[in-house]
Amino acid sequence: MNPSMDTPMDKPLTDPHDAGHHAAPAGLWRWLTTTNHKDIGSLYLWFAAAMFLIGGLMAMVIRAELFQPGLQVVQPDLFNQLTTLHGLIMIFGVIMPAFTGFANWQIPLMIGAPDMAFPRMNNWSFWLLPVAATFLIGSLFLPGGAVSGGWTMYPPLYLQGGISYDLTIFAIHIMGASSIMGAINIITTILNLRAPGMRMMKMPMFVWTWLITAYLLIAVMPVLAGAVTMLLADRNFGTHFFDAAGGGDPVLFQHIFWFFGHPEVYILILPAFGIVSTVIPTFARKPLFGYRSMVYATASIAILSFIVWGHHMFTVGMPAGMQLFFMYATMLIAVPTGVKVFNWVVTLWKGSISFETAMLFALAFVFLFTIGGFSGLVLAMVPVDVQLQDTYYVVAHFHYVLVTGALFSIFAGLYYWLPKWTGHMIDERWGRWHFWLSAISVNVLFFPMHFLGLAGMPRRIPDYALQFADFNRIASLGGFVFGASQILLLVVIVKCIRGGEPAPARAWDGAEGLEWTLTSPPPYHSFAKPPEVR
Amino acid sequence: MNAPGTGNANARVRERLLWLALVMFGFAFAMVPLYRVFCDITGINRDEAQVLAINTQVDTSRLVLVQLLANVEDAAQWRLNAPAAAIPAHPGELIQVDFELENLADRAVSGHAVASYAPAVAARYFRKIECFCFREQHLAARERRVLPVMFVLDRQIPPDLGVVTLSYAFFRQVKT
Ligand SMILES: [Cu+2]
Repeated sequence: MNPSMDTPMDKPLTDPHDAGHHAAPAGLWRWLTTTNHKDIGSLYLWFAAAMFLIGGLMAMVIRAELFQPGLQVVQPDLFNQLTTLHGLIMIFGVIMPAFTGFANWQIPLMIGAPDMAFPRMNNWSFWLLPVAATFLIGSLFLPGGAVSGGWTMYPPLYLQGGISYDLTIFAIHIMGASSIMGAINIITTILNLRAPGMRMMKMPMFVWTWLITAYLLIAVMPVLAGAVTMLLADRNFGTHFFDAAGGGDPVLFQHIFWFFGHPEVYILILPAFGIVSTVIPTFARKPLFGYRSMVYATASIAILSFIVWGHHMFTVGMPAGMQLFFMYATMLIAVPTGVKVFNWVVTLWKGSISFETAMLFALAFVFLFTIGGFSGLVLAMVPVDVQLQDTYYVVAHFHYVLVTGALFSIFAGLYYWLPKWTGHMIDERWGRWHFWLSAISVNVLFFPMHFLGLAGMPRRIPDYALQFADFNRIASLGGFVFGASQILLLVVIVKCIRGGEPAPARAWDGAEGLEWTLTSPPPYHSFAKPPEVR
Repeated sequence: MNAPGTGNANARVRERLLWLALVMFGFAFAMVPLYRVFCDITGINRDEAQVLAINTQVDTSRLVLVQLLANVEDAAQWRLNAPAAAIPAHPGELIQVDFELENLADRAVSGHAVASYAPAVAARYFRKIECFCFREQHLAARERRVLPVMFVLDRQIPPDLGVVTLSYAFFRQVKT
């Protein structure tokens, strides 16, 4: 049967909560069986929020342990499990599902589609995730504890661990299947379900970035699946892909993993570019500067991301020629990224800017993500990287990119679209508190890590030499404030769902796009008749 | 969007994308032989993995002539040969010379080499990394042995030292 036919789209609906032919199931059953893109979008976002809480609590334990030298809170083995799970959860459980949640809510609304192309597959994509998360987090309670070999899953450590390693590999398989299904859905929706007149080069930037992200997902998630399948075979079926004892090569795993891993970095940041490219023009009250160059920049970043993976492996004993190739290719990515930052800044130029919370987070994104981009350039230089490999400088770099980058864009997107989704304006006063506390504490948290790395503090250790004590204490204090201030976000979201000033259809006066032509909240089934785009 | 055929069009896109995913899954496994072939063709990761070590500290503008001398205490029992009478060396360049030591006697002997330099001031500019003079040498009867010396002439060596001499004298170990 064709899944695209099983949503009622042939009847114009008047009541937003009338589910059409079938009576709307209530309670848990409704959420388990829903095929509605808005419901599934909300599920993704709530799942990401729950994982953010768990991954965040792990980060709090990590920072508590690193508050001072010595071992106080956790033993090294548990510490390693926490750092590994923190990485896996934040990447596969928070950032990716949150962006997919935005995609589910927004893409059909932005292109004038009635729903996603494959609503049933959409339901499956989501409900695989809690299963995978259960395996991942549940392994903490197995004999031997959870995986402790780092989120990058390098052999030989991942060939040696216990049952939780098999379970984690299985969880990766499930999450990969979920992402691939989600990506297929998104691409098909964008290619086939656009409203008449919505040409490709008229699509909102967020839709463009997600289209390219979805292609990246389909290209590299199977590669990760292949890599972990080989790990599984080495562990259980006597193969020797990576097992040096049987003629395998652990460095080969790193090549395969990072062939996935670098495009994955852009999977985590391209939708962020899309959100920021939507929020900034709204509150600068000017159209996005250089739309065309933005599309091309996004595409070239995606293409280049396939030929730079070696920059994660400069110290494996790579010949100088390859180091140079990966170094220059990596630096080349700074050009399209620079184009984007330039376009955002020019969009602000002479705009009539107002500083709603969404805009504050978007502006902080531009500023702080650029810091993360620059430290990435520093790490791209081979001689520097040989020094900084596996130090806290690397930790500082990717947290600037993923926390003040990806996560801040998610915050910006939430503050921006929550009025559309809930029908209530957000409480800007609480929002501003959330922003300022987060923006200041996140720098107190991550900026000193640059210094720690330059001074030689290695990453993934529970204890450290005395000279690193001061900066670690500062970072931990920043971390506790950052963690606590996320409670404010939860308050803002709950307040916004429960009530507040009613949001008009066009919640922000500078907002452009099809989603703002619908009521806030939009009807349960929107665009049953495709809108006309001029 | 309810035009007939939309469902088929969707299924077609889905099918293509699933193929792409399958091909990429296969690609992960294809990287195993590809990696081997690539390494074999380019020689990477095989013999000279560390071709990175390039000495950038060689002062090619100057050339110092290093004379090599070798003497033994008792010429009837030992022979120590220098590889050449003199070799040219750039300051900063890593030089290896192989001396040859031979035991002419029918019994095992032990001995020790002592280095000396001329002019004496040259001693401080010889940076030896490997030398047979660091250790006592034990030779079996009629044994012949190649003894490498690796050194760098310090870049600070004064320009007026155009010719320096490295001399070894070999002494038999006195049994105590
Ligand atoms: Cu990378």
